[in-house]
Amino acid sequence: MSAGGGAERITLEHGSGGALSRALTEELIYPLFRSPEYPELSDASELRMEGRSFLTTDTYVVDPPEFPGGDIGTLAVYGTCNDLAVCGARPRYLTLGLVLEEGLCLELLRRVLASVREAAAAADVRVITGDTKVVPAGKGGGVYINTAGLGRAITDVPLSARRIRPGDCVLVSAPVGSHGLAVLAAREGLPVAGALRSDCALLYPLCSSLCGLGEELRFMRDATRGGVAAVLNETVGGGRHGMAVRERDVPIDRTVAAAADLLGLNPLEVANEGVLVAVTSPEAAAQALALLREHPLGTRAAAVGTITEANPGKVVLETVVGGRRILDLPRGLLLPRIC
Amino acid sequence: MKNPLEAPLHQAFADRDLARALLKDIHALAGRLGRPLRIMEVCGTHTVAIRRAGIPSLLPDNLILISGPGCPVCVTPTGYVDNALALLQRPRLVVASFGDMLKVPGSNGDSLARHLGGGRVRVLYSPAELPRLAAELGEPLVFLAIGFETTIPTIAAALLKAEEQARENLFLYTAFKTVPAALAALLAGRERSLDAFLLPGHVSVIIGEEPYRLLEGPGGVPGVIAGFEPLDILDGILAALRQVTAGERRVENRYSRAVRPGGNPKARSVIAEVLEPCDALWRGLGTIPDSGMRLRERFRHRDAALRFDFPEVTNAEPPGCSCALVLQGLAAPADCPLFGDTCTPERPVGPCMVSSEGSCAASYRYGDRAP
Repeated sequence: MSAGGGAERITLEHGSGGALSRALTEELIYPLFRSPEYPELSDASELRMEGRSFLTTDTYVVDPPEFPGGDIGTLAVYGTCNDLAVCGARPRYLTLGLVLEEGLCLELLRRVLASVREAAAAADVRVITGDTKVVPAGKGGGVYINTAGLGRAITDVPLSARRIRPGDCVLVSAPVGSHGLAVLAAREGLPVAGALRSDCALLYPLCSSLCGLGEELRFMRDATRGGVAAVLNETVGGGRHGMAVRERDVPIDRTVAAAADLLGLNPLEVANEGVLVAVTSPEAAAQALALLREHPLGTRAAAVGTITEANPGKVVLETVVGGRRILDLPRGLLLPRIC
Repeated sequence: MKNPLEAPLHQAFADRDLARALLKDIHALAGRLGRPLRIMEVCGTHTVAIRRAGIPSLLPDNLILISGPGCPVCVTPTGYVDNALALLQRPRLVVASFGDMLKVPGSNGDSLARHLGGGRVRVLYSPAELPRLAAELGEPLVFLAIGFETTIPTIAAALLKAEEQARENLFLYTAFKTVPAALAALLAGRERSLDAFLLPGHVSVIIGEEPYRLLEGPGGVPGVIAGFEPLDILDGILAALRQVTAGERRVENRYSRAVRPGGNPKARSVIAEVLEPCDALWRGLGTIPDSGMRLRERFRHRDAALRFDFPEVTNAEPPGCSCALVLQGLAAPADCPLFGDTCTPERPVGPCMVSSEGSCAASYRYGDRAP
């Protein structure tokens, strides 16, 4: 495979296991991810890690693969790293599985892979093994990516929703709803598209700061699919406690609010890729907020709610006009393929 | 106090201080009236907006809002769905409609949505897509034409366009409903008293104020045209209570930033060109004279009910389903034995749980009066 013009496209032969497959990996992929520690990038890579570790996997099918604020490559790195970070782990290694559709423009693949590399460098993780398959035209969505991530625990505290108690404070690290709306607007060519950007970002710096709170930090999640509403429900779901949330305290950008309003969507239910939800003890809440606000990603962090004894298993929203209602899990078809 | 109008529009109409002021007056008037007060919001979009803002939790105990028959999917009879499903037995024919409509179960539990994979059933976002889809398909395309005065003009316009382009394969299976006649029926046949109507803002944009004048006659009640933001709704409720207090029954337009007294003449003329009033069968309410619209004689060749010789539509409720009572405001969603148990948004039994604007779906989603 020669490196060439923009008209070059993925063919079924790129996935045949033969010469073209080899050219694809050796010319396009290996040079981006080879490192002194991992010069080979073979089918399996050896690693040595001490202490407690976390393993996660996630698959990325976002449509369109490129959107304002990021692309599927950025998402595949940060998304998986964020899943580790919110468990209190520092992301260390990633795998990279690509499912390419016949006809995919090679130039697009190059841009996506460059994003993977750039994001991996920013997150200080190594891509140490991977796999590439090609599916026939019409059987895939251009490019799908699976990444598995391995991370090392940076705290001994078992961060879990089981540790929340009445009075605990619920924090949100950044304005909500921008990723899902940016992707939707890009896909549907909505006139608001120009004003919206995905918040796709690495949450590890925020998570590692909060881990310094020790036992006072109860639980963290990144609010991806289903948005903040889904995470808040997950936090109290099936449990002994409820949650009270103040709608007016939830940070939101004006453009996102206006676009969501136009489209009839609730920003709380829209996906994010750079929003952390954390629950801390009431005593540590102010410090947690200060820690979040120190970081550029957390300047608009806010305390939005409290864990309650009342309404076990439910999230009760105090609306902007002061009414109270259930904030339910998003139902029905969510925006399709947002991550 | 900050000027709320400096905020974006949607925030301005959700200003907390203004909401408090309106609520104070609502509480004062309801307190003075003392008796149980029932205001019906007719429109499904109002139902959702009211619940979403948590308004029921802010109202005085003696004032309740009840949802009316204003969700188009909800008032479409089961027999209509059965006829639409029967179309799939015929070869070479495509059925299209809005997403919510396709999810409504027929009397045997089947729904059109279950047949979505096969290419015989299509979801449309806008009726404006109809002429193009008809051209693309070539085979007969039956559009399940439901909706109120808000939806009717766009469907009528699409039909005119198909006519202009001689797309002979487009048929409408009409089950249109019009709001004012239903309000009259609700007042005439009511088993429980209603104190006022919150009239649908979007429908009123099309029809204006005049068609509601029947509410001003004997047996009538106050009718307030209201918008959909939290303050619009609170303001509408307050206006209704003021009329109740004064013993008035007037049609009052509190949504004048969108609703002109004469409505939208262009939309109304498109409706009048294509359709004429007819009796209509409403789920829950039965047959109401002149509350529907059918194709005029010159478009009758596009009437799917005639073309495919459908049996007459009947109402048959699924066993245990209380949608009929809910639609008349005679039962609350939570009163239904199936609610939240057998019938959920994921596995709906009745139409009020199917549509996101249905009162059962709204109750399920946003909870009871004061969680």
